[in-house]
Amino acid sequence: MKVDAVNSKQVEQFLTFELASEVYGVEILKVQEIRGWEPVRVIPNTPSFIKGVLNLRGSVIPIVDLRERFSLEHTEYTPKTVVIVLCIKHRRNESFVMGIVADAVSDVLDIKIDEIKRAPNFGTQLDTRYMRGMHVYKQNMIMLLDVDKLLNPDEVDDIEAISDIGSFE
Amino acid sequence: MSIDMSQFHQVFFEECFEGLEAMESGLLSLDIGDIDPEAINTIFRAAHSIKGGSGTFGFTVVAEYTHIMETLLDEMRDGRRQVTKQAVDVLLGSVDCLREMLTSIQNEEEVNAQSVAQHQAALETELNGSSSTPSAPAVSAAPPVAASVEEEEEEPEIEEEQGWKISFCPYLNLLRTGNDPVRLFRELSALGQLTANVNIQDIPNFNELDPEECNISWELVLVGDIAESAVREIFSWVEEDCELELSPLAKPKKKKKPKAAAPALIASPVVAETKDVASAAVVAPPPTTVVKKVPTEAEAAKNAPKASSSIRVDTDKIDTLINMVGEVVITQSMLGLIGENFTMDKVGQLKRGLAQLERHTRDLQQSVMNIRMLPISFVFSRFPRLVHDISTKLNKKITLKLVGENTEVDKAVVELINDPLVHLIRNSLDHGIEMPAERIAAGKPETGTIELKAYHRGGHIVIEIIDDGRGMDKSKLLAKAIEKGLVEESAIMTDKQILELIFMPGFSTAEQLSDISGRGVGMDVVRRNIQSLGGNIDIISELGKGSTIAIHLPLTLAILDGQSVAVGDETYIVPLVSIIESINITEKMLNKVAGKGETFKLRNEYLPIIRMREIFNVKSGAATKPNEGVIVVVEGQGALCGFLVDELLGQQQVVIKSLEANYRRVEGVSGATILGDGSVALILDVPGLVRLSVC
Repeated sequence: MKVDAVNSKQVEQFLTFELASEVYGVEILKVQEIRGWEPVRVIPNTPSFIKGVLNLRGSVIPIVDLRERFSLEHTEYTPKTVVIVLCIKHRRNESFVMGIVADAVSDVLDIKIDEIKRAPNFGTQLDTRYMRGMHVYKQNMIMLLDVDKLLNPDEVDDIEAISDIGSFE
Repeated sequence: MSIDMSQFHQVFFEECFEGLEAMESGLLSLDIGDIDPEAINTIFRAAHSIKGGSGTFGFTVVAEYTHIMETLLDEMRDGRRQVTKQAVDVLLGSVDCLREMLTSIQNEEEVNAQSVAQHQAALETELNGSSSTPSAPAVSAAPPVAASVEEEEEEPEIEEEQGWKISFCPYLNLLRTGNDPVRLFRELSALGQLTANVNIQDIPNFNELDPEECNISWELVLVGDIAESAVREIFSWVEEDCELELSPLAKPKKKKKPKAAAPALIASPVVAETKDVASAAVVAPPPTTVVKKVPTEAEAAKNAPKASSSIRVDTDKIDTLINMVGEVVITQSMLGLIGENFTMDKVGQLKRGLAQLERHTRDLQQSVMNIRMLPISFVFSRFPRLVHDISTKLNKKITLKLVGENTEVDKAVVELINDPLVHLIRNSLDHGIEMPAERIAAGKPETGTIELKAYHRGGHIVIEIIDDGRGMDKSKLLAKAIEKGLVEESAIMTDKQILELIFMPGFSTAEQLSDISGRGVGMDVVRRNIQSLGGNIDIISELGKGSTIAIHLPLTLAILDGQSVAVGDETYIVPLVSIIESINITEKMLNKVAGKGETFKLRNEYLPIIRMREIFNVKSGAATKPNEGVIVVVEGQGALCGFLVDELLGQQQVVIKSLEANYRRVEGVSGATILGDGSVALILDVPGLVRLSVC
C-alpha cells in the first residue's frame, strides 16, 4: 500500500470486528448498517462463502461469510452473529451493497494513515491483494481490509479459481 | 449568479426531439395544395423554439441551420411560397439532418459537416429557387441568410488579428426581462478570450438606486477567430433591450465594416448625477472574476456525463398519487390511534382499518405503476413517416390507420417494442401490399391500408398490424421450408404451424431481396425480442385478403405472475407464462435414456425431466422421486421440458428485483422477489435453465 506523504497526517476511521478471535477492520465510510443475522435465501451454484441473499428493505443483497471466504473454521450462527452491510465501489463508479458475516463488532478506531503498515508478502501462501494494510492497536494486530477488492463481484470468480489451483496442487 | 447551463442540456435535447417529432408529423399531415395555416404555424413554432434554444445553449450550427428552415417556413406561412411536395420532402430531410446533428451534439461527437452542408445546400436551393412568387418580398428575405453564412466562411481568412470590440449598453429594464449579462459574457468567453471593462459612471447614488435596474454598461474585447454572427447570436435575446455595437479589433485595413443592426451609441442614455463608486459595488457583479472562472466551467460541461433518462408524467397522475399517499397516511394514523390503548372490543375496528390499508396500498401500487405507463403513441407516431417514405420509394399507394394510440404501456416495453414493429411494418409494406395495378386487377381499392391497432386485453397489451395485401401463400411457405430443409417433406402441419415457419431463422419468401426487407434475418429476431419481453406473436393470414400479426405483451416488466414452487426448504418462482401445465406422473410414464437422462411421456411426446434439486444443489429435505413430486411442464427456447419440484405452493403476482444490482447474473435465475413474509425467492429463468440442462 503506497502511503501518500500529503495524506500522512490524515486520520481515517475504521470499524473493527472479530472473526475467529482475530480482529479485522473496514473503513467506516463503507459501512451502511449493522444488523443481526437472519436466515438468507441460498443462491444456487455459487461459491460456498456466498451464503445467499437477503431482503434489505426492498433490495436484494448478497451475504458473504468471511470465515469461509478466508477458509477459517465454520461456526454455527448465533444470535450474536452480526451482518455488516457495506457499500462497495465498483470500477465503473457503480456501487454494490453487500453484507459480511462477522462474529462480533468491536470498536470504531481513529487510525492515522501513516500508521497503517503494509501487509507483508506471504508469497503464494496467502493472497494479500485485498488487504489495505495492518495496524497495531494495544498490542493487537488489526488487519484492515480493502473491501472494494475483497468483495468485487467480478473478482469472486478469480479468487475461486486461484484457490482451486491451490487445492489441486 | 452564474448558472451551469449544462444541467439544462438534457431538457433542451428532449424538447428539441419533441419539436422535431411535431415538425415531422406536421409536415406529413400537410395537404399539398390546400394549406392549413395552423399546421404550418405549428411546424414553424417548433423550428423557432429549436433555433432559440440552440442559440441560448451555444449550438450555433443547429441555430443557423434551423434559421434557414425557418425562413422557408415563414414564407410558406405568409403564403408567399407554395407548399410543394418537393419542399416538404426537403424539409423532411432537414428534420432528419437536425435530428442527426442534435444526436451527435448530445453524444459529444463531431457533427457530420458533410451531410449538414448537403442538406443546407438543398434547403438553400429550395429557398432561392423556383416557386416563390416574384412580386413577393420573399427574394429579399433569402439573400441575407445566404450572405451571413458566406460571411462566416470568409472572415477567418481575411482577418489577421481577429476579434471584436463590443460595446454593450443595456437599457434599464434588461434585468427585468430576465436576462443576465453575466451569462452572456460566459457564453462569449467560451468563444474566445474575453476582457471586460465595466462602466459604472451612470450609477445613481444609493438612495435613488433601484436594484432591478441595470445602470452599468460594458466595453468588451473578445479575441479569437470568431464569426460576427456567432457573437450576435449570443446577444440575440437582448438585442431589443440594449444598445450594441460590434467592431472588429484594430487593423485599419480591415475592409469589412460590420453592418451593425443597432444604431451605434456608446454613451448611456441615463445621466448620472453622482459617481458613488461604493454603491456601485452593490449592483455591479465583479466582471473580472466571473470571466476568469468561465473556461473551466465550460470544460466541465463538456466532460459532464450524459444525464440519465427521464420521463414525462401527466400531472393528473401525480395528483392521484399524492391523493393516495394522503389516504395511506390517514389510515396509518387511524390504526395508530386504535393501537394506542387497544382493547379486545376494538378488534372489529382494527380489521376494518387493515382492510382499508390494504386497499389503499393496492391503489397506491397501481398509481405508481401508472407513472411508468406511456401511451403507445410514443411508438406509433414514428410510423406515418416510415410509411410515407417507403411507399414513395416502392411506388405503392398506402394509407396507415392508427387505432388506440392512447393505450398505455410500460415505458420499458415502449422502448423495446419499436424495432420489432418497424420490422413488421416494413414487411407489410414491402411484401404485404401489392402494387396499385395488381390491386386493381384483384378487385381491391388501389390504395392499400395498413392498420396499426393497440388495445388492452386481460393484463396484456395487444398490438395488431393488419394489412389488406396479398396475404401469405401457405403452400409456397411449406415448399420453401422443405427446399431449405427446415421441415421434413412428409411432415403434416396445421395452417398455424405453417405460418409460424416464417419465424424460423434463415427463412425468407421474398422472391427478390430489397433493401427494405427480405434478407431472412428478421422474423426470428422479431420473435426472440418479443419473447424476451415476455410476450408472444401470432399470425393470421388469408391468401389474397391480407395478414394480421398480433403481438401480445405484458403491461409491465416490473411485475409478473408467478407460480411458487418448493424444493426442499427453498422457494422458487416459475413465471406463469412459461408453464404449460403441472402434472403428477406415475412410475409407468418414466423412462431412462442410457441409464441417466430421465424422460417422461406426455401425450406421445417424450420430455426430459430436470430435477431442480440437483441442478440447484439444494441440500435440505429428502430427495423426491419423480412420482412423488410434481412435474411442472414448461416451455423455453421452443422446447418443452419438465421441472421436478417437491410441491406447488401458490400463484401470486411478484415484483421483480434485480440480483445484478448488488451482485451479478446467476445462471438459471432471472431475478429475485420478496415474498409476503419478507424473505427472498428466486425467479427462474426458464429458457436459461432449459439451455443449461438440456443442451
